[in-house]
Amino acid sequence: MNAVVTDKAETVAGMGDVVVRLDNIGLSHDHGRSFILRHVDLEIRRGAFVAVLGPSGVGKSTLLRVIMGLIRPSEGTVSLHPSPTAAHRPAAMVFQDAKLMPWRSVRRNVELGLEGLGLTRPQRRERAMAALELVGLADMADRWPRQLSGGQRQRVGVARALTVEPDLLLMDEPFGALDAITRGALQDELLRIHARRHGTVLFVTHDLDEALILADRIIILEGHPAGLRGDFAVGARPRDNTAPGMRAMAERMRRLIAGEPDPGADAAYWQASEI
Amino acid sequence: MTPVRSFWMRPLLGALGLIALFGTWEASIRLGWVPSGLLPAPSSLGPAWLEEVRSGAWIQAIRDSLTHYVMGLAIGSVLGMLTGLLCGTVPLLDGLLSGVVRVLRPIPGLAWVPFAILWFGLDTAGATFVIAVSVFWINFYAAYGAVQAIDPDLYEVAASFGHGGFWARLRTVVIPASAPGVLAGLRTGLGQAWMSVVAAELFGVPGIGARMMQASSLLATDLVVVYMLTMALLYALTDTVFMLVRGRLLGWQG
Repeated sequence: MNAVVTDKAETVAGMGDVVVRLDNIGLSHDHGRSFILRHVDLEIRRGAFVAVLGPSGVGKSTLLRVIMGLIRPSEGTVSLHPSPTAAHRPAAMVFQDAKLMPWRSVRRNVELGLEGLGLTRPQRRERAMAALELVGLADMADRWPRQLSGGQRQRVGVARALTVEPDLLLMDEPFGALDAITRGALQDELLRIHARRHGTVLFVTHDLDEALILADRIIILEGHPAGLRGDFAVGARPRDNTAPGMRAMAERMRRLIAGEPDPGADAAYWQASEI
Repeated sequence: MTPVRSFWMRPLLGALGLIALFGTWEASIRLGWVPSGLLPAPSSLGPAWLEEVRSGAWIQAIRDSLTHYVMGLAIGSVLGMLTGLLCGTVPLLDGLLSGVVRVLRPIPGLAWVPFAILWFGLDTAGATFVIAVSVFWINFYAAYGAVQAIDPDLYEVAASFGHGGFWARLRTVVIPASAPGVLAGLRTGLGQAWMSVVAAELFGVPGIGARMMQASSLLATDLVVVYMLTMALLYALTDTVFMLVRGRLLGWQG
């Protein structure tokens, strides 16, 4: 395995509290003739809310799967530095379209990641219920997934990921398939949960507005092979997305996503955000 | 139509259809539309059945056939399901068996009767073998198809939450996800197995089929019909029990 998982945060002393580090990640499906991802370096600090922004089909979801360990990179290493807490998982993922298991009740879906963590059945139940409480679906615990709306299903997907108390929460365009109103409600809820739990989030989206609403830091993935083309620190909250500074930054991001030359390249471009 | 009425309407119509069938049948014999001897009158079935029950032959035939049925069904279904699930999940095995499957699959269970007699004789084992072969393929393809139809993203979900190994995947994804398809195959097999029971027994293994053969050689057509209806009843019973169990297992499908 190329992915390196170290047990203690101390092993990366001197680097601050980094949750995950990607070192020169490359991914090829034809033994190096062509690459989907190439030379991707990234460090994410504990507590950050990072959005990966890029055009559809560029490889954002693939990058997330490499970090999750579902795809082995052809080059480079992924180092996750999980906290030493017991009964948790280093990373958890919220999928597009929730991807619940239709034969499990809502509660049993949330318990999926808790199985195999050495918890007793009542402990699993308690943690799953707490997570469902957090997303406002505690009273739906005994329903089947088919009885839920799209928004509710995605809330269950979020609860399923949160309940394993991951050091890194990976979200793969989780609200992309929802209507605008539901999406807005879930974005608000995600921010509320993030403010409360201080988790670290890596959120993939192709929607610039969504990235600006949610993230403290936005990285741009673009090109063939895809690589990081920009790394922006977004201002503190409350945030005014119509302020001139924000609009200029958004315009730069838009150009980067479109593969156009960056007008502000001489300025603060490529200054890694320290969040 | 109110829900309550439509709830009763179907079984009511079904009963009405049955009454019409037996009524026309009885009438056509009494009115001489059908030459006597070709078809027994429904009214003669009751007495024929009672006599068969009194002699103990009816219960004995049912007991024998049920033994063949249950054993053949169990062996054929379990082996078919397991082979189908494994071929669906292990590409290497799937490849290795693809040629064998192509050769063996078109051969119906009944074509194995000569070998069944040769290998096992005209007894329970021979009948069981023929029935098992015929339900094996139904269950094999049902399980195989069900595994192929699983949403591949669910494997990714399982792996993300710590269920990435072969057995963990089998337990958390493959078995529950393929259950509806597997059970549909099992249900088809329940019907197919009854057909095979009679076919296997027509060659002389004691049971309902053998009893029908004896009755027909004596031109006791009423007895043949009694056993036809007996099989219909047994099939209805097994199917009802199966659907009750299935409903409990697959409540999530709604």
